[in-house]
Amino acid sequence: MTDNGRNPLREGIHTFVVYVEDKPGVLNRVASLFRRRAFNIESLAVGPTDRPGISRMTIAVKTDDVVARRVEANLYKLVNVLRVENVTHLPTVMRDLALIKVKADSSTRAQVLQMCDVFRARAVDVTPDSLIVEITGTEEKIESLCEVLRPFGILEMVRTGRVAMTRGSDVPSTNPEFVAARVPNGSAS
Amino acid sequence: MERKGAQIVWEVLTQEGVEVVFGYPGGAILPTYDAMLDYPVRHVLVRHEQGAAHMADGYARASGRVGVAMATSGPGATNLVTGIATAMMDSSPIVCITGQVPSTAIGSDAFQETDVTGVTLPITKHNYLVTDVEEIGPTMREAFYVARSGRPGPVLVDISKDAQIASIEYVPADAPERLPGYRPDLRALPEEYEHALELIEEAERPIILAGHGVMMSGAMQILIDFAEKTQIPVTTTLLGLGGIPASHPLNQGMMGMHGESWVNHAIQEADLLLAFGMRFDDRVTGNLKTYAVNAKKIHIDIDPTEIDKNVRVDVGIVGDLRETLEILLPQLTQKEHTAWLEHIDELRGDSAVRDIQSLPDTGALYAAHVINDIWRITEGKPIIVTDVGQHQMWEAQYFKHEKPFTLITSGGLGTMGFGLPAAIGVRFAKPEDEVWAIVGDGGFQMTQAELSTCAQEGIKINVAIINNGFLGMVRQWQEFFYGRRYAATPMLSPDFVKLADAHGLLGLRVEERGQVEDAVRRAQQEPGTVIIDFRVVQEDSVYPMVPAGADLDAMIRRPSSIVETAEDELVGGGR
Ligand SMILES: Cc1cc2nc3c(=O)[nH]c(=O)nc-3n(C[C@H](O)[C@H](O)[C@H](O)COP(=O)(O)OP(=O)(O)OC[C@H]3O[C@@H](n4cnc5c(N)ncnc54)[C@H](O)[C@@H]3O)c2cc1C
Ligand SMILES: Cc1ncc(C[n+]2csc(CCOP(=O)(O)OP(=O)(O)O)c2C)c(N)n1
Repeated sequence: MTDNGRNPLREGIHTFVVYVEDKPGVLNRVASLFRRRAFNIESLAVGPTDRPGISRMTIAVKTDDVVARRVEANLYKLVNVLRVENVTHLPTVMRDLALIKVKADSSTRAQVLQMCDVFRARAVDVTPDSLIVEITGTEEKIESLCEVLRPFGILEMVRTGRVAMTRGSDVPSTNPEFVAARVPNGSAS
Repeated sequence: MERKGAQIVWEVLTQEGVEVVFGYPGGAILPTYDAMLDYPVRHVLVRHEQGAAHMADGYARASGRVGVAMATSGPGATNLVTGIATAMMDSSPIVCITGQVPSTAIGSDAFQETDVTGVTLPITKHNYLVTDVEEIGPTMREAFYVARSGRPGPVLVDISKDAQIASIEYVPADAPERLPGYRPDLRALPEEYEHALELIEEAERPIILAGHGVMMSGAMQILIDFAEKTQIPVTTTLLGLGGIPASHPLNQGMMGMHGESWVNHAIQEADLLLAFGMRFDDRVTGNLKTYAVNAKKIHIDIDPTEIDKNVRVDVGIVGDLRETLEILLPQLTQKEHTAWLEHIDELRGDSAVRDIQSLPDTGALYAAHVINDIWRITEGKPIIVTDVGQHQMWEAQYFKHEKPFTLITSGGLGTMGFGLPAAIGVRFAKPEDEVWAIVGDGGFQMTQAELSTCAQEGIKINVAIINNGFLGMVRQWQEFFYGRRYAATPMLSPDFVKLADAHGLLGLRVEERGQVEDAVRRAQQEPGTVIIDFRVVQEDSVYPMVPAGADLDAMIRRPSSIVETAEDELVGGGR
């Protein structure tokens, strides 16, 4: 069985953009849903939107297309969830941001900075024996940078998790049909 | 008008038309209890908050309205949990109102503080913590709306004590309007209907799986019209019993673990399943890998998360069942499925010989006989509430439900102790109807304290205790799957007749089949609650049985003579 030539049962990372009411406990409700239904969260990023009272989450889930549809439907079922988009198969910009504190003294600093240059990462803090490097990009790009920095000694690292936005001018948050019901396509064939 | 938060609670309850609240007071809910005296709502004092939740649940299931339970913070609130989870599993609309410690103390491990919105988050449809008196009115309205709309379910409103005490200028709100993210009224895409129609037209061996959703959407009549026009046989889930009259010629009976053998065979042989408002519970499907493998599947359900959850379907139609059938039915052509219906009849005939009703009367008191006799003597008129276990399955098999909402039972959670309190709730929902609780000796003892509630409230229900001296259903599993090692299942019970007496109620004991009729009639005539202790055969089992996780047609069948039951090997494998 294929959907648009894809195998719906092949596992992959699905990315959901989720708009929620900015109320106490909403993050807990979302997290609880994933735990309760044993959906596998890879990463979850949350922050405010340009609209007061509405937050935006990017949730990456490792699963197949059939379960992904159930994830979407389950998210919709939460009373405080306003809109869910599975952007996995849409043209989308996806970014992760990392801050990496790496050992670098006068003997290695130049080398480290050179590596950062290759990855278009920037040094945002310098001390005599360390650097903080900031990088944004896909998870793969960040992981590759980590690979090359590891020999110098990574002291500390923090990542935001994936954030995503679809390309083009069709902006869901300004759509007047913002809360219109969307029925997950129930067909399996 | 100036109102305290506590008064606003009752203002909204009155506005919602609530007639009765089941509850138990305590410190954090005291202001609300104090305000209660000034409002015309009946309060039923329960003996344990679990009972309050089950009563609200029973009330809701029998009436189709929202049931209300009330409790204090901490232990009061946590005692509700089993009842809330029970309502959640079976989509029963209840609103639970709990008191919470003052908002200034929240988070400090104050006396009787429990994070009850945290505790109940996964077992409520939605819940609220209210710490601002301004929010009490709108939140309560919203709670009722959420509980009853879409796929119904329990909603909990936790109100801090200071919010109950504070006063505001209160203006009753009309309808809740603040729910931008809530969509109870989803509809399917047009192509799904077309695809469904094609599959129905093409099918040669179709079967309808009618669930609880039939009754929740009020689709009873259109289900019959649909089945008659298309001549498609109907089978129901446990919670679907009554959705189509038991005597309807197209109704084949219950499916699943303890369903009719011919039904399970028919499902396995079908080429099209039409799942109407049912959720393919594992008690219904058995082994999913071998479940109806040759059948196409159409699933109509109001909850999109149910589509493709357990069984992958060919067509998923999200929407209210009645509305969906109203769209589909006029587009369908008249059909005959003579060969298929005859085939199911043959399967049925083959099973009838094994039926306990066909076996000679040895004078012994079999639970199935008792339940069938109650059905016969009461002419099937009462509303039956069951507990959980063997008696529940025999009820499903031997009490023939002609009307909807006449079987109230805990299906999804299988909560022992549900029966008695839920029957009390049903009593309030249906004051004119005869109400029987059919319970096991084990489950009855879990909530028997609610007998005091019956006595104090002066209400009338009939309680048939199917007393087999065992936790029967577990004993049956031990017999079948654990070499008859009866670990912790033999159960000593109090003298139930004396127990009734201690409550000032009538208790009767029945030890022989010949005494059943008199006892049932005596109970019917008694104005107060009656307990009948039916001392039934101890080691009888419910047949057929699909062992958990086994293929649906791999049923353990009743040995063809009852006398052999004790020693006989189990007959497995179906036909
Ligand atoms: C000891 C024991 C043995 C059991 N054995 C069996 C057995 O042999 N056979 C059996 O069937 N069950 C059995 N059960 C019960 C079983 O566990 C389930 O509770 C039952 O099968 C669920 O039935 P359901 O899916 O119809 O109802 P629910 O679980 O209540 O599901 C109802 C479905 O209808 C949908 N719905 C609600 N409103 C609407 C609407 N307006 N329009 C459309 N859809 C709607 C809901 O979204 C939901 O998907 C047993 C339980 C116990 C405790
Ligand atoms: C609260 C709770 N605890 C345990 C169980 C597991 N359980 C299911 S059926 C059953 C036995 C019920 O015995 P009884 O009430 O005597 O009814 P019978 O099966 O004998 O009719 C048990 C223990 C349950 N369903 N609910």
